[in-house]
Amino acid sequence: MTFSDLSTLLPEIALVIWASVLLLVDLFIPKVRKGWTAFLAALGLALAFGLAVAQGGGVGAGFHGMVVSDGFATFLEALLALSGALGILLAYDYLKRQQMVRGEYYTLLLFSVAGMMLMAKAADLMVMFLALELLSIPLYVLTAFARPREIGEEAALKYFLLGAFAAAFFVYGIALTYGATQTTRIAGIAAAVDTGRANLTLLAFGAGLLLVGLGFKVAAVPFHMWTPDVYQGAPSPMTGFMAAGAKVAGFAALLRVLVLAFPVLGGRLTPIVWVLALLTMVVGNLAALAQKNIKRMLAYSSIAHAGYMLVAVVAFANAKVAPMAVAAVLFYLGAYALTSFGAWAVVVAVEHAEGQGLEIADYAGLGRKHPWLALAMTVFMLSFGGFPPTVGFVGKFYLFRVALDAGFVGLAIVGVLASVVSVYYYMRVVTTMYMKEGEAEAHGDAWLNLGVALTALATIFFGIVTAPAFQWAVQAVLHL
Amino acid sequence: MDFLMNPLNLMTFFPLVGVAIILLIPRERKDAIRWVAVVTSLVSFFVSLWMLSMFHAKDPAFQMVYDKIWMKAGGFEIHYALGVDGLSILLVLLTTLLTPISIFSAWTAIEDRVKEFAIAFLVMEVGMLGVFLALDLFTFFVFWEFSLVPMYFIIGIWGGPRRTYSAIKFMLYTMVGSVLMLLAILWLGLSQGTFMLPDLLAKGVNLPLHLQSWLFLAFALAFAIKVPMWPLHSWLPDAHVEAPTAGSVILAGVLLKMGTYGFLRFNLSLFPEASVKFAVPIAVLAIIGIIYGAMVAYAQKDFKKLVAYTSVSHLGFVMLGLFALNPMGIAGGILQMINHGISTGALFLIVGIIYERTHTRDLGAFGGLWKIMPIYGAFSLVVALSSMGLPGLNGFIGEFTILMGAFQSPILGPVFAISAAVGIVLAAVYILVMLQKVFLGPVKEKNLGLKDLNWREITVLAVLTVFIFWIGLHPAPFFNLMMPSVEKLAHGLQAAALAMH
Repeated sequence: MTFSDLSTLLPEIALVIWASVLLLVDLFIPKVRKGWTAFLAALGLALAFGLAVAQGGGVGAGFHGMVVSDGFATFLEALLALSGALGILLAYDYLKRQQMVRGEYYTLLLFSVAGMMLMAKAADLMVMFLALELLSIPLYVLTAFARPREIGEEAALKYFLLGAFAAAFFVYGIALTYGATQTTRIAGIAAAVDTGRANLTLLAFGAGLLLVGLGFKVAAVPFHMWTPDVYQGAPSPMTGFMAAGAKVAGFAALLRVLVLAFPVLGGRLTPIVWVLALLTMVVGNLAALAQKNIKRMLAYSSIAHAGYMLVAVVAFANAKVAPMAVAAVLFYLGAYALTSFGAWAVVVAVEHAEGQGLEIADYAGLGRKHPWLALAMTVFMLSFGGFPPTVGFVGKFYLFRVALDAGFVGLAIVGVLASVVSVYYYMRVVTTMYMKEGEAEAHGDAWLNLGVALTALATIFFGIVTAPAFQWAVQAVLHL
Repeated sequence: MDFLMNPLNLMTFFPLVGVAIILLIPRERKDAIRWVAVVTSLVSFFVSLWMLSMFHAKDPAFQMVYDKIWMKAGGFEIHYALGVDGLSILLVLLTTLLTPISIFSAWTAIEDRVKEFAIAFLVMEVGMLGVFLALDLFTFFVFWEFSLVPMYFIIGIWGGPRRTYSAIKFMLYTMVGSVLMLLAILWLGLSQGTFMLPDLLAKGVNLPLHLQSWLFLAFALAFAIKVPMWPLHSWLPDAHVEAPTAGSVILAGVLLKMGTYGFLRFNLSLFPEASVKFAVPIAVLAIIGIIYGAMVAYAQKDFKKLVAYTSVSHLGFVMLGLFALNPMGIAGGILQMINHGISTGALFLIVGIIYERTHTRDLGAFGGLWKIMPIYGAFSLVVALSSMGLPGLNGFIGEFTILMGAFQSPILGPVFAISAAVGIVLAAVYILVMLQKVFLGPVKEKNLGLKDLNWREITVLAVLTVFIFWIGLHPAPFFNLMMPSVEKLAHGLQAAALAMH
């Protein structure tokens, strides 16, 4: 272990140390001043963000190639640090309101972000597994954070059990891959395939199992069963954080594995991913139609969005469009994370004590009583639905462009038609806010309102001035 | 600054200035909000007159073009590009004229959430103008899709009892077509290396006929839903009946034209061979629409639904004209778009005026209104006869030119013209029956106290009536504006037809 090894992982190491120290410091912060913990946690994320960006541009490997720092990692680390910061912004007032002010929320969140960041840098399946666990276990705990609320505990248990299963699949996948190629290093796997040393059948099984494990994390159908329950049971700010962060990390690993380790298997895996993408889009959107609870609706919507992104992952099979496919997924992850945070911030603002105010019907009259909040929610729903001039539209544009370019016309047609279906349930929220009379309440503090306003403005801003952000995603190519 | 010195940009985005001002006005000051909205849209109208003064009618090319690279990433360029030519200029003027008129007409009809109403209308104007002016396919799609949102709110918030159903139906129907069009745009852009309409037109779309046909159909579906062509029209009566009057005026006057304009601008221009190939089936659907719309209109008991179905019939004429694929048919089609915007817009105002007074639209509830509201009766007569196609009024010029075009068209021919003429006869039936039910016969007792038009309503209708007579008596200036562009387009279509036979 040399200094250069450590420097590759600088943002993650800094974040883990910061979180560990914060765990201790928090003990000395009185309960009425937990705002300090939130502030310090945000500071830690700012530090990690700064380190990640400072590292950006350069390409380096550390720990004998087990971790790699490249443009791809930098893009995702920055996105994840921002997600963490927004997760704190959402939680601060909410925790007070719901009488669950505990400093551990913030430290757990930091640990989870560290795991997600590590995921973006993992160049070895073992590191990827480590990262997966580091990001997941804090999420299990956070899901049950509203203890002793039963719905949360039930959700956490479900999440934990199914997560454990998925992790087991992932480990099996690693084992089979190792058996096929005698290595867990992603570059090594590719080399083994190239030189013909690998047992391709075994490798295909291994890859399939890895796909199951990661499909669980990104909530792809048919591995999505946990999503609605967990999204509904977890405290709303935590769901908001998980919806964005876990998805980003999951796709980071998915791209690294599928894209780099198994180019040769492209032909064998493409039909599987094709079916996954199709099912995820169709099932996610159709199931979302039937939801009355906004958290469940957003859960199914997050499944559907994973489906759109899988379309670009399928397109990766075509080497000509591969770099664009990665860029399109990265851009969409950013677009989705931004919009999703905004929407969850509104959910947090409208929710009141004891988990009330979470039905879509509870949003009736919001347009009259809180016009700005309703306007922001409209922006987020339109962005989810893919309307210009929002970032969600541009994201879909890039995704489907890649799909067409790679020749997957059928998948693109299913995708756009599925997004028409999605407009129905997104607009139902808007309809309820503006066209139904009711007594919607909202209790956001200044921080939460700031979060809503910033995400809403950014959703429109990046929908119009989209070139620089996309250029960044294009440059964030993967490095082996 | 460069951006705002272009009249097209200024006209399109000036309404946003009004939106910004309205956001600052407290919601209780309703009249201030209304004035800002009307004045803002009038400014856009005057800018459009400035555009008209700078327009060279003899030049068929795009004029006052503003072209900037919007995004350039990953090996392709997307432009933000606006421009105007003979095909679009009249529709632009129609939009800037009808927007202030419809906001003005809603002065007393809309009392609830005036602030949001004014904002929705101004934002709507941005979307509509953008659609007619866009020269880049991506820019076009952004405006096209964007214009759905304010109309959704206008129907959904200020509409009738079934407003939420109609609003979402309107939105979903339109979207099904437009997302497939998005894929077609992407495909076209990727295969041709550019999304810029002038470049595509200059080079010609270089694709085999079967691919062209698929792209043609993807575009055609989006536009046919918007027009709406039979059998895709079922969203229209719902949307119209539920929309507030001002919303109906814009919906019929401008939004439906986005569909016919789309056919003109994209289908006919980009895919001439496919246009020739599909001219007959589309013309058949147009004829069915003409006759079906007229017959269903005749059967209506609801005043507003009757007017809504006349739109299906009238837009069938427009489609027939466009797909005659000769200069006369296309020119007639464009003029008929304007005529329909004016006449049907005015008809919806007339329905709205009586609805505001009696709170019913049941044709059986009226009768003998002429005696009580003579000014209203006079305006209604002119507008109804214009819609019917009486010589001397605007509808006649449009329909006559279209029928001539269809008759002479080597692709369609006399059979189509004669079948369409049946629609004119049917139009006379439903219009006269409507006039009879509302204005003639004995007066209902509860209608005795109705007030005749006020100065605001007279102003609004008078403006439209001026155009009804102007186009009816002296249509030459209107034709002059469009003719060079129309001839250029028709030339390309005829060349394609020759090459195919």
